[in-house]
Amino acid sequence: MSAVPLQAYVILSAVLFSIGVAGVLLRRTALILFMSIELMLNAVNLAFVTFARMHGNLSGQLIVFFVLVVAAVEVVVGLALIVGIFRSRETVDIDAVDALRG
Amino acid sequence: MEIILFVIAGALSLAGGVGVVAARKLVHSALSLLLVLGSLAVLYLTLAAEFVAVLQIILYAGAIVVLFLFVIMLVLPRVSARLASSDAGSLRPIAFVFGGALAAILAFGALRGMRQMTPQALPAGFGSVESIGRSLFTEFVLPFQIASLLLLIGIITAVVLGKAPSRS
Repeated sequence: MSAVPLQAYVILSAVLFSIGVAGVLLRRTALILFMSIELMLNAVNLAFVTFARMHGNLSGQLIVFFVLVVAAVEVVVGLALIVGIFRSRETVDIDAVDALRG
Repeated sequence: MEIILFVIAGALSLAGGVGVVAARKLVHSALSLLLVLGSLAVLYLTLAAEFVAVLQIILYAGAIVVLFLFVIMLVLPRVSARLASSDAGSLRPIAFVFGGALAAILAFGALRGMRQMTPQALPAGFGSVESIGRSLFTEFVLPFQIASLLLLIGIITAVVLGKAPSRS
């Protein structure tokens, strides 16, 4: 039934994950770092759904459900932190937030 | 049919991923993220994950991206001028090499590990709301409860952190 080999989905997921990693390394804007993290989470979700399809086992899709919940909470808390940092420091550049540097 | 869908949605998701990382404007990054999420929802549909695809649209595209856009709206007018200079220029070659190597290693490992695997036949109703719900309230009931607690923590955190600082 599936004309596309499922390996192709996993490779797509690997490439998306790597784009997310490169984004975290490349950009210094807190918001874009967050979006890159979302990108990585989504790549992992794609891999989970692919494995669920591969094994005919629903657990992969359930884990994606929980990843979605955690991602939603993470974004809410993270964006609240970013807004808070922006209020006190007028920047969203993570290199400027180095008060804890030793 | 499926292969056409996969190629189109896969290419769109990759383009969106590059857009998130490479866009000069924050709003363009957020909209590229939306493109990734939408095309991944299409891919979920081709993988017999209907409920996950719908969740992806409602939760990610509907809630998370909108939240991003709101925060960008709050923050943007005062930081956009400084964004262009806020790249980690010195990390650029490392990021490209590391990202490329990571993609190669992950893809190689996946191909090697999945060489002899073939897709199993799916039971009827695989990935439907009913099957997911049944599994959620039997096998995964404890994580489900913990997830509700986590959401509560998220709400409280957002209220506490998002409250305007008192003037006193």
